[in-house]
Amino acid sequence: MSKEKKQHHEQLVRISKRDQMVFWKSWLVRLAAIVLALILCAFVIVLITGYNPLEVYSSMWSGTFGSARKVWLTLQKTAMLLCISLAVTPAYKMRFWNIGAEGQVLIGCLATAACMIYFGESMPPALLFPVMFLASVAAGAIWAMIPAVFRAKWGTNETLFTLMMNYVAMQLVSYFITFWENPAGSNSVGIINSMSKGGWLPELFGQKYLLNILIVAVLTVLMFIYLKYSKQGYELTVVGESENTARYIGINIKKVIIRTLLISGAICGIAGFMLVAGTDHTISTNTVGGMGFTAIMVSWLAKFNPIVMTLASFLLTFLSRGAGEIATALRLNQSVSDILTGIILFFIIGCEFFINYKVTFHFRARSHKKEVRE
Amino acid sequence: MKKFLCVILAMMMLFALLAGCANDTAKDAGTNDTSDAGSDVSDLKVGFIFLHDENSTYDKNFMDAAKAVQAKLGLSDEQVMFKTNIPESSECYEAAAELVDAGCDLVFADSFGHEDFLIQAAEEFPDVQFCHATGTQAHTRKLANFHNAFASIYEGRYLAGVAAGMKINEMIENGDITADQAKMGYIGAYPYAEVKSGYTSFYLGAKSVCPTVTMEVMFTNSWFDIALEKEAANSLISNGCILISQHADSEGAPKACEENNVPNVAYNISTISMGPNTALISSKIDWAPYFELILNAVLAGEEIPTDYCMSLSDGGVVLTELNEAVAAEGTKEAIDAAMEKLLAGELHVFDTANFTVNGETLSSYKADVDSDASFTPDTEVIADGYFHESEYRSAPYFDIDIDGITTK
Repeated sequence: MSKEKKQHHEQLVRISKRDQMVFWKSWLVRLAAIVLALILCAFVIVLITGYNPLEVYSSMWSGTFGSARKVWLTLQKTAMLLCISLAVTPAYKMRFWNIGAEGQVLIGCLATAACMIYFGESMPPALLFPVMFLASVAAGAIWAMIPAVFRAKWGTNETLFTLMMNYVAMQLVSYFITFWENPAGSNSVGIINSMSKGGWLPELFGQKYLLNILIVAVLTVLMFIYLKYSKQGYELTVVGESENTARYIGINIKKVIIRTLLISGAICGIAGFMLVAGTDHTISTNTVGGMGFTAIMVSWLAKFNPIVMTLASFLLTFLSRGAGEIATALRLNQSVSDILTGIILFFIIGCEFFINYKVTFHFRARSHKKEVRE
Repeated sequence: MKKFLCVILAMMMLFALLAGCANDTAKDAGTNDTSDAGSDVSDLKVGFIFLHDENSTYDKNFMDAAKAVQAKLGLSDEQVMFKTNIPESSECYEAAAELVDAGCDLVFADSFGHEDFLIQAAEEFPDVQFCHATGTQAHTRKLANFHNAFASIYEGRYLAGVAAGMKINEMIENGDITADQAKMGYIGAYPYAEVKSGYTSFYLGAKSVCPTVTMEVMFTNSWFDIALEKEAANSLISNGCILISQHADSEGAPKACEENNVPNVAYNISTISMGPNTALISSKIDWAPYFELILNAVLAGEEIPTDYCMSLSDGGVVLTELNEAVAAEGTKEAIDAAMEKLLAGELHVFDTANFTVNGETLSSYKADVDSDASFTPDTEVIADGYFHESEYRSAPYFDIDIDGITTK
């Protein structure tokens, strides 16, 4: 009897699954997490650099919103990250671990760059843009389809497969860079068609990024509808929850996997198209710059809801833009801002635990029992 | 709920406290800065764009020069803005535009691949001066506000090569190696003119004191990759190289040399602290004279030279401290003698009498000085018995594979 009791007492912390938390309460927890993170960051800032944390935060803020140009740039970067996040979301909702978005976007970039270099100055724009668009969509889709087919037909591990496809894409891009490089041996392509601007996406109302942002906005709405209201969206959700259930109700799993990855890769291709034709007008192995991986975090943070993903990708863009601004305004090494970004992300992701689980402590009960025994 | 409110209030208090503490120190620093600035230069604002940060020896070299000139002219930190980790993409254009928005009169970028994007900014902001290191397009683009600069670093590398040759002679005399085992290793980033000109001048420097020397070159195809550069150094050493030099920006090669006890000649920074027993000497471009020149030009409202080349004579090309613990006896004297001849114009690094191509002496060579997409050789660069490097434009254009150097 006493033994049993003792065991019960030793459980100092009890973790239990919560029911769905009220909407406002869960957002309050998230807000509190951010505030806590900022306080911890303040300690780090004071201890490491001796700067006023408020000054640091305000320069992060002005790095994102400081001028019209900065706001446009933030929006553009948010849009690009969001676009890639939208691309990986159907795959993740189906629990297909696609960590190959980086390569799928890059191969889309490569297709766009190739079209710009070979047809940019000879084709009329009315033909050139559809060709560029279709080429990059096809390239991205094929890059995602290869691991999907292998997974569907032979059950290969998609995580490793998609990861390795990134490196294949990167090597292909380096190969073509040495092919197109200008000047020879410099390993850079330079701005493609800098004089004729052939294959450059047009400016809308004098804003060069507006078109990109609008395309992504439309994609976001479409993806929301696709996942929530379409039959295909339902099918991929079922496959993600339980393949056996899907099989039982007669869903063709192989078909769903390949179809979903085709969509995923195609959107990656669109992102590549916008990166090269819309913003960079050049290509390097670094054009995607890790966004293919950051997008995974955005997708999961937002629990695959495209509307919430807008917010998550804005948050991550804000943090990275702010980090760059700290480095400039205060001459801190960028590593300091990376530490801050890490702390903030840790708290934001960590707080989801407290939203999903309840933690109860048993200090009081224990000491109380002791007193009684005495 | 009450508990919740308590926590939030406590947080806010803590926050205010922290902010309050730090406030004082920040203010003090602020007042110090402004009091130093002279009234003359107080309107000047300049922005620097760096490819990496101070962890890269290449960028650190620029940052140190910028800080030195900032101190010399008495500018505050707010007047000298640094943008670090700017890739060679449209982000460079955006960074330049942001610097212009912040009120900079002059924007400088340090990496070859920044050039196109800096030109894009220069076209958009004609009232702001843009300067770019290592670029090639200013003298053909003819934009009034876009300028290139570089240094005749081949002279510095030649002198560093003399130190290397002296060291190899010492090894031969000591009986460590025979004269035909005198093979140096060189790690280059990319096989283009800037790198080729660099290793060829280094080789010619060594050859001027040790006639039997040969050299093997490896490319890493990256400007900054610690692991790759270390790997390349190790494989060069196992291929029989008895001295290593490099034109890439990480500490990979100097550290590999220290582990293998192989002498190393570095670039842009002194590596004696990384390899006290192996670091010999480094050649270095000191950008401070150029920064001073362009800042003074902006202050005085004068024109900045379109394509400026620093040299040994103006302090733009220098050698770092010679490591006496490693260097052979008489190295300093040999370097000084060669430097004197270079300064006097008696000695030319790329003298055609000192190298052959496929066994023959060159009498004519057309280089691609005016960059164009198809790299048409456009300028005769051999005259009076030597290759005129960095004279028709500041960025190097010596891209000939000479005998004695093997590349991989």
